[in-house]
Amino acid sequence: MATKLPKVPVVVVGMGWAGGIVASELTKAGIQVVGLERGKDRNTSDYAMGHDELRYQHREELMQDLSKETITHRNNEKMRALPMRDYGTFIVGDGVGGAGSHWNGQTYRFLPYDFEIKTLTDKKYGANKLKPEYTIQDWGMTYDEIEPYYDTFEKMAGISGETVELYGKRSNPYPTGPMLKTPIMNMFEKATKNLGYTPYIIPSGNLSESYENPDGISRAACQYCAYCENFGCEYGAKADPAVTVIPVAKKTGNLELRTHSNVIEILNDGSKASGVIYVDTITGEEFEQPADVVVVASYVFNNARLLLNSGLGKPYNSADGTGVIGKNYCYQVSSASSMMFFEDKEFNLYGGAGALGIEIPEFVGDNFDHSEVNFIHGAGIRVTQYGNRPIANNVVPKGTPSWGAEFKDQSIKYANSFFPVKSQGASMPYRYNYLDLDPTYKDAYGKPLLRMTFDYTEQDRELVKYMSKVTHKIAEEIGADIIDTNEEQGDFNVNKDTNTHNTGGVIMGADPETSALNSYLQMWDAENVFVVGASAFPHNSSFNPTGTLGALSYRAAEGIQKYIKEGGSLV
Amino acid sequence: MAEHENGKISQRGSTRRVFLKNSGLTVGGVVLGGALGSLLGGNSEPASHTAPAAPALTVNPAEALMFFTPEQYQLTQAAAERIYPKDDNGPGAMELNAAIYIDHQLASPWGINSKEYMAGPFYKAEETQGSQIRILRKDLFLLGLKSLDAYSSKKFESNFIDLAPEDQDLVLTDFSEGKAPDISGVKSTLFFNLLRSMTIEGVYADPVYGGNKNMEGWAMRKFPGSRMTYTQEIQKEQFVKLDPQGLNSHMSH
Repeated sequence: MATKLPKVPVVVVGMGWAGGIVASELTKAGIQVVGLERGKDRNTSDYAMGHDELRYQHREELMQDLSKETITHRNNEKMRALPMRDYGTFIVGDGVGGAGSHWNGQTYRFLPYDFEIKTLTDKKYGANKLKPEYTIQDWGMTYDEIEPYYDTFEKMAGISGETVELYGKRSNPYPTGPMLKTPIMNMFEKATKNLGYTPYIIPSGNLSESYENPDGISRAACQYCAYCENFGCEYGAKADPAVTVIPVAKKTGNLELRTHSNVIEILNDGSKASGVIYVDTITGEEFEQPADVVVVASYVFNNARLLLNSGLGKPYNSADGTGVIGKNYCYQVSSASSMMFFEDKEFNLYGGAGALGIEIPEFVGDNFDHSEVNFIHGAGIRVTQYGNRPIANNVVPKGTPSWGAEFKDQSIKYANSFFPVKSQGASMPYRYNYLDLDPTYKDAYGKPLLRMTFDYTEQDRELVKYMSKVTHKIAEEIGADIIDTNEEQGDFNVNKDTNTHNTGGVIMGADPETSALNSYLQMWDAENVFVVGASAFPHNSSFNPTGTLGALSYRAAEGIQKYIKEGGSLV
Repeated sequence: MAEHENGKISQRGSTRRVFLKNSGLTVGGVVLGGALGSLLGGNSEPASHTAPAAPALTVNPAEALMFFTPEQYQLTQAAAERIYPKDDNGPGAMELNAAIYIDHQLASPWGINSKEYMAGPFYKAEETQGSQIRILRKDLFLLGLKSLDAYSSKKFESNFIDLAPEDQDLVLTDFSEGKAPDISGVKSTLFFNLLRSMTIEGVYADPVYGGNKNMEGWAMRKFPGSRMTYTQEIQKEQFVKLDPQGLNSHMSH
């Protein structure tokens, strides 16, 4: 039997970027917030031994404990979904900071095209450019409307970057200048300029210089130490909720942060929530936390799962395309790439940063003509320098064995002499790619796991074929001794793919029939529930999602304050 | 060159086995008493019972077993060495203590899959669904070692450890391709993949885990370990070689 606690104005589920931003904005405005986080509290001293590749990257120290909960996956409805028992593909954060602690820091904005993708695609290419199974839809908000929130997020996080002509208009330049350029970035810059493109340095949440944000938080510059993705930053140079918004919220005295508190249900009567039930993961004790407003701000998967397990919102039904919870799950397509090997060049690839890289804007969104191709949207084509840690980076030319004498010799020979021209492609929603509850498998608390039904679509495969040619052309212009180009997008493999940008399931939009949330991320079906995160994206762009997730979190925080004052539906 | 060195290693392993067999120190496969430490140290002199000498400064107290029997340890050494052999670049998995690393990992919570989803039912997986087996890593590894010997005996009428390196490679190739018999119902590839990934980890993980002896795994590929800043180095056109530093270097901070 759950212990009932005193009612609070706002309860926030999850203390990553989404929950941290909401908590920070509300507590600054004098609103009392209870933050529930299933993992532990964290700060920079947790990372004193942070440069440990095995512990953080291969034993997933900062990630969700899969023995307690995971997802199940099947490629299509004919298959039986089975649990992802171990990490292979995406990584799901845990603890204060969430994915905002282990992320790389690449902080883009989505394009004006993204927010009105349906309208603009139909207008330019006609209504039949894509088959009707591709459920693209507008976001219920334009780029111009979201721009101020991007600006706020970038100033809070101190994003380092340079203005790109081919992207949406900015009201302000980036708060800090771009990251350093390394020799491999210079090679990409020269080659792409020769080919007529306009390369730019990837916008970064790893600070290029020391910076004080509008909340008065000061952070030091990035040291390019090479431990970003999967790791926490011991300098606080990487923007992380645990060193930005959460300390700000704590300082107000209005945030009560409860860690090791795993929310398993949102109490509701179908049209309004009255609070949440959570389990203390250390003692096993159950609590009921009543609240006027419930903010669901966990990872994509758990946002959808919590709503489905709580009977909140209408579950998506792929048979007739009705319902919304679980709809438009998207991923990204990253298979197009050209790996380059150099015989007599060695680069200082042991150093780097999670958001150190260079990219061209010519092949994203509708920046190139799609009349003659069988896909829409596109990919960022880029070279990055994260720092090549040795367990993960044993790259050898095609045809080399994966173990033994030749493998060892070749992997050492090229240890500092390879880098790829990579791509990261947009993912379009598809009627039969979705999230629902698994009929068989349960989590440690007896609740059904989330079932993912997902495979790459024809659109994805066409996109990869096209982009692989672009990567190859650039690699040839750079002039490597060996170029191995991957042109095919295989089937989605839950243990092999490497992209970790999951989106959708609880999407925003202008119409309650086709979306779960309005543009304040307020549920159409329950006015005092806000569902914040990349789960709100109606499709996934080619860019890393955190910038857009951060902007939407500020938008939601504004909406929640408005709701507390005025009540009712905000749109 | 590589083959010559590997021959030596194989011979050394074999010598230890012969010593174990002939010394009368084993009863039913169990090694007895205090001579164990000296056996594993490769020193066949009996330890002194009267006045134990203070350990030399180079002795690493973590170089000891918490999971394997001595025979399992030696077999693991031999197999790991074929995954990552000694060559002109430098030491192989055996000298780098990859088998010590593997021993310690299998004794850890990771060896009993403590962070994996292990609830049933266990159905046969499609290619795209990841492994769906109930067997724990520590058990799969020991079953795999047994199977290595059994398969070597069948194919070459010899234990794995006594085979020539080329023949050891043939055995491991069959395991890697799933041509060796299934191990308690799972493909031999699964054991091979575990052996391969643990060997790579054992030569390149921080020395705190027991492998990558003296950071020589890192030194071979000019990897500087875990330093605090590379702001200068990453901007340079020329390669900058830095001596490796481990996590231990952060203990004084």
